[in-house]
This record gives sequence, C-alpha cells and structure tokens, in this order.
Amino acid sequence: MDFLLPADQMALLLGGVRTTVLLFAIAWVIAFALAIALVVIRATDYRPCRWFVDAFVAYHRNVPLLVQVMFWYFGMPELLPETIRFWLYDHNAEFCFAVIALALGSAAYQAEDIRSGLRAIPATQFEAARALGCSYLETMRYIVVPQALRISLPPLVGRALLLFKNTSIAMAIGVAELTYRTREIENLTFKTFQIFGIATVLYLIGTFSLMALGSWIERRTTPGRKEHRNA
Amino acid sequence: MTAAIVSLDHVNKWYGPHHVLQDVSLEIGKGEVVVICGPSGSGKSTLIRTINALEPIRDGKLLLNGVDVHGKGTDLNKLRQSVGFVFQQFNLFPHMSVLDNVTFAPIRIQKRPRAEAEALARELLAKVGLAEKADSFPGFLSGGQQQRVAIARALALQPPVILFDEPTSALDPEMVGEVLQVMKSLARDGMTMVCVTHEMGFAREVGDRIVFMDQGRIVVDTTPELFFDAPDHPRIKRFLSDVKGEH
Repeated sequence: MDFLLPADQMALLLGGVRTTVLLFAIAWVIAFALAIALVVIRATDYRPCRWFVDAFVAYHRNVPLLVQVMFWYFGMPELLPETIRFWLYDHNAEFCFAVIALALGSAAYQAEDIRSGLRAIPATQFEAARALGCSYLETMRYIVVPQALRISLPPLVGRALLLFKNTSIAMAIGVAELTYRTREIENLTFKTFQIFGIATVLYLIGTFSLMALGSWIERRTTPGRKEHRNA
Repeated sequence: MTAAIVSLDHVNKWYGPHHVLQDVSLEIGKGEVVVICGPSGSGKSTLIRTINALEPIRDGKLLLNGVDVHGKGTDLNKLRQSVGFVFQQFNLFPHMSVLDNVTFAPIRIQKRPRAEAEALARELLAKVGLAEKADSFPGFLSGGQQQRVAIARALALQPPVILFDEPTSALDPEMVGEVLQVMKSLARDGMTMVCVTHEMGFAREVGDRIVFMDQGRIVVDTTPELFFDAPDHPRIKRFLSDVKGEH
C-alpha cells in the first residue's frame, strides 16, 4: 500500500484501525451483556428496578453521545479516589472511559431492542415450557430468550453498526483511533481527499463485515432453513 | 376404582367476581379416560388447567399422585414433570426441530442422557405416525401434525396422566381424525387421560366417564352410555342437540 501512503503514516493509520476495532469489540461485549441484565432487571415486578432501567435508557437516548463521553472522561475522575485516578491516567484512561461511555449508550438501545423482541413471544410459549416442568429461568434461557434474540437480531445488527461508527467520537477525548489518526495524517500532509478517502473505505470494510456477519447469523438461526431450500 | 391419580376436593376459583369453579369434586383413577364437556364458559378448561397449576385455586384441595398441587411447599416444576399437558394451540417451540421439541424436557429438565432421550423420542414420534418428520420444524407441519408432535412431547416425560385441553378445537376438520386416532391408541394402551373436548364420538367410543359441566359446576359425572342414551338433565339434552347441530 506504499503507493497510497508512506510506510510510517500507514503504520499510524493501522494503529488507529486496531484501536477502533478494540473500542468496538470491548464496548459491544460489555453493552450486550449489560443489555441482557437491564432487560432482566426491567422484567421484575419490583418498581424501583423498572424506574432505574427506564431512567438509564432515557439518559442514554436523550443526551448526545459526545457529551456522555466527555462527562465520563472529564467529569467522572473527580469523583474517584486519587490513587485510582492516577492509576487510570497511567493506563490509557481515555480508552477506558471511551469504552465505558460507548458501552453504556449502546446497552440502553440494545436493551430496548431485546425487550421488544421479548414482548413478541406469546405467553403460551411460556406456559408450554412451564407445563413441561421448566423453572422461570429455564423457560427464559431455553425457550423465550433464544426466540426473542432471533427477533431482535436485525435491530441489534443496526445497533452494532452504529456503535462501530460512534467509536470515532472517542477522538474528542484523545483516543488515537482511526478518525484521530486520519486527522493527524491530514494535518501533516494536507492530502485531505486522499486520507479521508482511505478512512472512509476502512470504515466501510468494518461495517460491511458486520452486516455480512449479521446476515450469516440470521440465515443460520432461521428455523428449518434446510427445508426452505428443499421446498 | 383403584387409587386416584387426580383428586379434586371442593375446589373453588374466582376470576374477580366471577365464580368459575364452584365446589368441584372429582376423582380420576389409574387408566381411566375422563371426558369433560359442557358449553363454552362452563369452566372445563379452567378445571383442567388447575390440575397442573397453570391456574391457581382459591380453596379446596387438589391432589396429583398424592401430592398437594396447590400446597405451599410443593415443587411445581417437579410435579409438572409427572403430568402431560396438550394445548388447544399446540404451543410447540418454533425454534426447535420436531425431535428437539420432544427431547427438550427429558434432556434439559430431567437431565437424561441425550442418546436415551432421542431413542425414546423417535419411538414416540413413530407412535404418533411422524417418524419421518423428526428433523422438520413446527412451522412446516400442518396443525394435525403439530398436535401429534405436541402429544409426543407430553409423553416424553413418561407421565402417569395426560391432560388434553380441547386438542382438536383449533384444527381443520380433516385433521381432527388423525389426532383423535393417536388419543384413542393412547387410551387403549391404558394411559390415564383427562380430555376437555367437544368430540362426542370420541367421548362415546373411548371415554370411561363423561363429566358434564355448566356454569362452573359439575352437573353430572356418569358413563357414556347413560350420558348419551338416557340424558336425564335438561341442560345436557340442550347441549347434545347443540353439539349435533354443529356437525
């Protein structure tokens, strides 16, 4: 790729790609786990639990992501004990806070997607499982959640794409991810069109890969896909 | 009569102000086929759903294999493994193959070895005439086939008693026969069955007892012969003529 960029700039850019992918992957795993936890908490009958989840979702849907990221990076450390704060500043604090902010924001949206998937499962499925002797948790684990996740899959893929693109916001607090490195190289070389063109292509490779993965999972989890093919 | 598998003793249930089960008492012995019939809204389905605690009761006592179903310390999940339930709408698990529907509870709930559960499942699917559909998914089966899978699923836990809640009411007429055929063969094998159904031919042919309900009460509990040939209650006569009018 030397014809596109000199090797040193290429190394910078690929380092940015690596950080972007890490930001996305870590934030997504945390977000998905948290989303499931939020859905379970929201499903309890205990009212304060529902209020908590509703407030969590409302905050993350209604405050700009950029503000959330800056709040975590500039605001939260003030609340932390000094030792932890200094430890964080020594250990890539901007990356950690960016992951936290991105994960929490995505979790709020994913929780809503999963919740609407759950609502689409008829109560009779629940009843059928209970009649076979399933406990509440077994019913959720084997019967309700797998079906709900399958229904939620298309919106969840959309959320993953959004999260991937939103990693670029981390540059605002100095995380050296793809957009940050792109700006850096542009400032060095003034080859604006070329370097942003390359960044665009790199983002597209990421998002198209996610979309392909999504539709692969979708195909694999369609009940009776083999029968479809033979029919 | 041998020892009762199911016994209801003055069971009462309300939906709000509506008294849906009024002082219902009933004993069902081993190997008996009891058909519960009556006009819609008479409490038949509610009654059968209290037997495996899908519906709670207000008072009275309900024993299943000697266990107090609605007792405080009862392990309902364990209890429900000893009573099969077949729903009007089949309620198969659409994300699982037919075989997985049948092996699900033995493997996941009873923790039995997969090979053993699959062997039993294939045997049961053969019994309901669907051996070749083991790898299909519920969405690709007709209603009658789905209901037969649902019966196999209920049998997979090898329960001593099976409850049928209007198992043919959601089926197209031409599929009713295949499901009734399976139920008849179960009855011949000596299975204890409680069936809520409008299929009077089935009731007459297979039933050991007919329980007729109206407005939450058991009006009569008698043999098919007496029920069909010498109905001595005006409400039964009207019901029988209504049912005949339907068909």
